[in-house]
Amino acid sequence: MSALHIKKGASKHSAYNLRPTFSDVDERHTLAVLVENEPGVLARVIGLFAGRGYNIESLTVAEVDHTGHLSRITIVTTGTPQVIEQIKAQLGRIVPVHEVHDLTVEGASVERELAMLKVVGEGDKRVEALRLADIFRASVVDSTLGSFVFEITGAPDKIDAFADLMRPLGLVEVARTGVAALLRGD
Amino acid sequence: MTREMTGAKMLVQALRDQGVDTVFGYPGGAVLPIYDEIFQQNEIRHILVRHEQGAVHAAEGYARSTGKPGVVLVTSGPGATNAVTGLTDALMDSIPIVVFTGQVPTFMIGSDAFQEADTVGITRPCTKHNWLVKDTDKLSTTIHEAFHVATSGRPGPVLVDIPKDVQFATGTYLKPSTTASHYQPQVKGDIEEITELVAAMEKAKRPIFYTGGGVINSGPAASQLLRELVDATGFPITSTLMGLGAYPASGKNWLGMLGMHGLYEANLAMHDCDLLINIGARFDDRITGRIDAFSPKSTRAHIDIDPSSINKVIKADIPIVGDVAHVLEDLLKVWKSRGRKTQAEAIAKWHMKIDTWRKVDCLAFTANENSIKPQHALARLEALTKGHDRYICTEVGQHQMWAAQYLNFEDPNRWMTSGGLGTMGYGFPASIGVQMAHPESLVINVAGEASWLMNMQEMGTAVQYRLPVKQFILNNERLGMVRQWQELLHGERYSHSWSEALPDFVKLAEAFGAKGIICKDPADLDDAIMEMINHDGPVIFDCLVEKHENCFPMIPSGKAHNEMLLGEAETQGVIQAGGAVLV
Repeated sequence: MSALHIKKGASKHSAYNLRPTFSDVDERHTLAVLVENEPGVLARVIGLFAGRGYNIESLTVAEVDHTGHLSRITIVTTGTPQVIEQIKAQLGRIVPVHEVHDLTVEGASVERELAMLKVVGEGDKRVEALRLADIFRASVVDSTLGSFVFEITGAPDKIDAFADLMRPLGLVEVARTGVAALLRGD
Repeated sequence: MTREMTGAKMLVQALRDQGVDTVFGYPGGAVLPIYDEIFQQNEIRHILVRHEQGAVHAAEGYARSTGKPGVVLVTSGPGATNAVTGLTDALMDSIPIVVFTGQVPTFMIGSDAFQEADTVGITRPCTKHNWLVKDTDKLSTTIHEAFHVATSGRPGPVLVDIPKDVQFATGTYLKPSTTASHYQPQVKGDIEEITELVAAMEKAKRPIFYTGGGVINSGPAASQLLRELVDATGFPITSTLMGLGAYPASGKNWLGMLGMHGLYEANLAMHDCDLLINIGARFDDRITGRIDAFSPKSTRAHIDIDPSSINKVIKADIPIVGDVAHVLEDLLKVWKSRGRKTQAEAIAKWHMKIDTWRKVDCLAFTANENSIKPQHALARLEALTKGHDRYICTEVGQHQMWAAQYLNFEDPNRWMTSGGLGTMGYGFPASIGVQMAHPESLVINVAGEASWLMNMQEMGTAVQYRLPVKQFILNNERLGMVRQWQELLHGERYSHSWSEALPDFVKLAEAFGAKGIICKDPADLDDAIMEMINHDGPVIFDCLVEKHENCFPMIPSGKAHNEMLLGEAETQGVIQAGGAVLV
């Protein structure tokens, strides 16, 4: 986790900016939420977003600290600055939530997502798909005479771009993991 | 100290170690082992309610009148689902209660077993936190954590779901530990922010304190510090419905309640102030009226223990996260150390301005000779009970607003009302919880007949435990507040807002073995109220009042504080399309 350690409810030196300047333009924020790995904790987080009408663009979760029983939830959400501040404060209220980090404001961060794409086609289209996959550094994880499954890792917009190119070449199925993100530096 | 015992015994032991003396509950299949343990001990009183909703509201009444967490024990399935309204009520009003539910045995969870419900799933959005305990060894620490979470930070309801096999199994009991839970909300306010508020107070010419339930929840010290602060600065003070009693109604800086049915002087002072100091309130929509016209000239300071309350509705210029008592203590310290400065002259002028609004006498009414006005009934109740050691509960509706307007509260924890959720049926069971905690005090539930009927089964509880709760029903044979809105908003089409088959409340009282009193003549009112007070036992007081009285003053939906209606003459066409969609 980043060097920024916050106490829940802290008014300063924290992810909660209690003196924001509110605009009404929607912003995209990536939040990292460190939670107690206990039953129902994901339901609490998702229930909060559903119950209060917040957006979820992407959500990933997995245990990151086995001995400490901690999981990390990475949420990409959109909203006005006031809504984003509310989301962070509301997440902070959930009892098993240990830390809330707004990677979009706390410093430069890297975001990665993994996707698998199945492309069905023959002849030139098949060759072109393979050539483009090479340019995007996507690898072939399964192949038949009439199809490829590509694996690609990257920022979400890179995956979007790759999927757009594959569509006319016979894209039939996409599976994406959602975003994982970390702050850069130490 | 550790000991081996069954889960059921553990629960009782944990309650004892948490200092619990009263549990409100209702038995059923999935909690029988616990009830068996309760049977075999005498330290914890169990109060058998008549419906699980009543148990939760009773626990809320107990909690609000004592400051201690209220405890509930109910069975699985319907026992748990019936508790949902009470849990939501406690969540909205930040009341600490701990609810224990039985659950089908762990090996049957998910099989649609008899009386199975996904209790933690259902109650997840209406509790502060909840737990399903699948291992008897974890039961005692979970219960202790539940009490910690319910009472720390912003208080609220918690629920512990205990499968029946976990109650039977043996495990290791651990005492409440001294090691800290990871849940430790910040209680001390940031001293720089507090200093900034002090600087604003020193410069303010038209300041106002706007206080809420957070002051009561923070404990008696918070009310004491608030009184010291208000009296030392001379700033006027108003309060939300939830905060009544934190500052005494007889205090010289008291403006009365603010908000939709608040006092004219309180609302106009909010509108015209230059420094608004919110202490433990949350800018509820009943308070703010139209947001973009709310207190347009003021700097807003907001003290709240819950960071999510700050900037949720109204942007705070000076945000302070912390417990009210801690923040007020530091605030007073800083203000005193900087020389106790205020703009005394300007504030005296501000009070003169407020006095001109006060002269409007917005609560004035003309008593009738041949029928009882509800306002008159409450004014007489106030006059005849104010010397008593008195606790007031209410149901929800017109009577609730009139009670807030016409009854005066001198101390915190004396006023139990469903504020955030607006739960009809809250007051009667709450009065039972209050009376349990304060057996010698005068406990009155000011009710409307429609609300009261929603939990009337609790008469059985009141009679069984000889709880002398006084049910003061303002009976207009109408859903008064619904009727009022239909009159103002829906062309006087009174769709389903009256009851055609009300019971004879005197006979109803007698059927339960209690006393019933009916009063319809203003000339008899005082004697009848005295008869109610002096009767040593539960009383249903059926006070037949004017049927079409409306509750004023009123800020119509979608209007600002300075657009208050003072009486009937001003009501025509006041709520326009934009306001009509608001509740």
